[in-house]
Amino acid sequence: MATAANPYLLPINPAERKNPGWWAMVLIITTEAMLFAYLLFAYFYLGSMANTPWPPSGRPELKLVIPNTIILIVSSGTMWWAESGIRAGSQWRLRSGMLITLLLGIVFLAIQGIEYSRKNFAMQSNAYGSLFFTITGFHGAHVFVGLLFNVVVQLRAWLGHFTAERHLAVTNAAMYWHFVDVVWLVVFTSLYLAPHVM
Amino acid sequence: MATSTVPAPLGERLTRIWETAPGLYGVIATVDHKIIGRRYLVTAMVFLVLGGIEAAMMRAQLAAPDMHLISPEVYNQIFTMHGVTMIFWYAAPILSGFSNYLWPLMLGARDMACPRANALSYWTFLMSGIFLYTSVPLGQMPDRGWFAYAPLTELAYSPGLNMDFYAIGLTFLSVSTTVGAINFIATLFKTRAPGMSLNRLPIFVWGTLTTSFAIVFAMPALTASCALLFLDRRVGTHFYDAALGGSPLLWQHLFWSFGHPWVYIVVLPAMGIISDLLPTFCRRPLVGYTFVAMATVTTGILGFGVWVHHMFATGLPATAMSFFAAASMVITIPSAVAVMSWLATMWLGRPVFKTPMLFAAGFIVLFVIGGVSGVATAAIPFDWQLTDTYFVVAHLHYVLIGINVFAVMAGFYYWLPKITGRMMSASLGRWNFWLMFLGFGVGFFPMHTLGLLGMPRRIYTYHAGMGWGWQNLWVTVGAYVFALGVAVFVYNVIWSLVRGEAAGPNPWDGPTLEWATPSPPPPYNFAVIPTVGSRHPLWEGRLDETESRSQLARGPVLDAGRDTFGTTPLDAEPDEILRMPEDTVWPFLLSLSILVICYGLVTGVIWLGIAGAMALLVTIAGWFWPQPSMTPADGEV
Repeated sequence: MATAANPYLLPINPAERKNPGWWAMVLIITTEAMLFAYLLFAYFYLGSMANTPWPPSGRPELKLVIPNTIILIVSSGTMWWAESGIRAGSQWRLRSGMLITLLLGIVFLAIQGIEYSRKNFAMQSNAYGSLFFTITGFHGAHVFVGLLFNVVVQLRAWLGHFTAERHLAVTNAAMYWHFVDVVWLVVFTSLYLAPHVM
Repeated sequence: MATSTVPAPLGERLTRIWETAPGLYGVIATVDHKIIGRRYLVTAMVFLVLGGIEAAMMRAQLAAPDMHLISPEVYNQIFTMHGVTMIFWYAAPILSGFSNYLWPLMLGARDMACPRANALSYWTFLMSGIFLYTSVPLGQMPDRGWFAYAPLTELAYSPGLNMDFYAIGLTFLSVSTTVGAINFIATLFKTRAPGMSLNRLPIFVWGTLTTSFAIVFAMPALTASCALLFLDRRVGTHFYDAALGGSPLLWQHLFWSFGHPWVYIVVLPAMGIISDLLPTFCRRPLVGYTFVAMATVTTGILGFGVWVHHMFATGLPATAMSFFAAASMVITIPSAVAVMSWLATMWLGRPVFKTPMLFAAGFIVLFVIGGVSGVATAAIPFDWQLTDTYFVVAHLHYVLIGINVFAVMAGFYYWLPKITGRMMSASLGRWNFWLMFLGFGVGFFPMHTLGLLGMPRRIYTYHAGMGWGWQNLWVTVGAYVFALGVAVFVYNVIWSLVRGEAAGPNPWDGPTLEWATPSPPPPYNFAVIPTVGSRHPLWEGRLDETESRSQLARGPVLDAGRDTFGTTPLDAEPDEILRMPEDTVWPFLLSLSILVICYGLVTGVIWLGIAGAMALLVTIAGWFWPQPSMTPADGEV
């Protein structure tokens, strides 16, 4: 073994898969994904048990949510663009990509807020209302956390902390953001699309 | 043969690099897995004693018919706190304590993969316990049983803060449990010593690993169920409210989806403790290592498919129930594999009945009895007859005390000399074992018959005419004898610290890596990173199992910083150097912020919650700002 003579020929705290921080992030995402799985279980369980029409307030409107979903998908793309940028050593792509992602995330939350204000039921109306606002609200909270994550990592990006070799925080922020995006597609399909086809 | 003599200058240099800072700062900021592990063990034992005091109060109340020592309201609070304390704040954390202390030593590493997360996991465990016990001086302890069935827990039927403490406290604790589990998984896949391939792991490591995966997948069910309960109570949602489309059964599904995997979470590492100490005291390797490792993982997976057996009495469709009954019975197969392996190890070895071995043998007896009463209740008609009776109480105590507490006692007698460097008294140990074993039998076996006679669990008192009096007196006497055994244990620990003879590195002639270090181990664990050549590195001279030999005395030193090897996930080949973080106060401050948020939530004082949330954001940002010491050269982490 070549390293027996001088183990310090090995890299120190390398990025991504070799770093325990990367493993920790993957596992955090796994357990968070399970949280959404259990919440969606609650949605389908109570929906299947309901003796009133489901959703009781009629099919959810799609006018705002479809563009909003597209915004979130695009933001995943810009995040990917930023991360692959720093992998190639481009500070410019990292900084601008993360900035655009941040703005798109804020727009997503704003539109979600407008949609909330237009609903004709509340969390307290019935179990469906409780589920709708809790599940989308939990997701919104995850988007918010993703934005905070973005702000801190972006601050470090503008301070020039990252290089093509060392950018674990960017990778982790990106993984988290893609996760938030994928969860939204599942929530969107379950809560918005499914009532239209079932 | 095993331990190398470390040249003094090297030892001093490594100590300087790895030592925790002195004074109060070090107390708060340490990231040393050995200090954290010790704290886990002590804190969990404090919770065991608190839960034990609650049990003693219950047994006094039930000792004779028609007693009114405490009020029914307080009784409800006491039995709930007993269950919650023992199951959540003792049974899993005590095993985390052993794992935290032992994993890096067993795996040949200098620390856990994420030392700061390790500190966070301890502080959140401690502070969530403090939060839960704040309800005691307020007289508002949780009071609806440890599994807290809706709708009794809804605001209309439980207007006090009692169940808010439950819902928020458990969610807080789940942070600790989850962070700990993630750290164990990352540690296993990243920081094993070169050569410590998966087929060489001690079974205890397999147990904690399986448990950690189960936590990652099951814990969110508890978080979800408690979050929804809190929303129902304080925001006015209707998840568990049948009148407006919710369902009390939703609570049961969510809670038990978590609850049954949790049963295996609190027993699999304990079974691992037994599998690892039997070889030492039977003077031979464990029989069927691979089968036991696979049985451990299988049990962990099957544990996810059996939750409905807690719900047989709720009127579910017969086909659904049959499936879950069958799945529950299948679990006997991996359990029997473990039992057969333990028996075969004893049969083919030469058992030496030192104190750890006494507890291990007692453990096997109780494991079988608790297993049989478990299979019995997996049969649906039998379960219908016995659900919510003392039979179930008997079963769960055979499982939790038999499989958890007895293994923990065995583990303490086995590894405490490693942790403190002092031997415990063997004669006190025999008193300890027999008081606990006989007290347990006298105390808990009659619960089976009481259950068959129809005594419901959680009953406040009973009339003399029921004829349950004398058996309940037995139970109370047995429980107090058992408690006396625990007291002897505590005395023995103190005795060993004051009078115990020096243990030396390997007092039991154990085969695994932790025994290659001095007792207690230095802050850096291993002066030379070991290279592992077999499953029993310290027995290679005698066993001749494999051609390869472990190297413990010579090899890489890694003394340029807080460094340990990062190795490949499967074969444990050195892949990189992991430069570990220094002492840091962020984990402590982060836990404190969550504590403030929890008090804000329970009291409804919004500014308190907001202040805690702001503090949380600042601490997380501070945590992830790069530490100069971890930043090699001019790059960054």
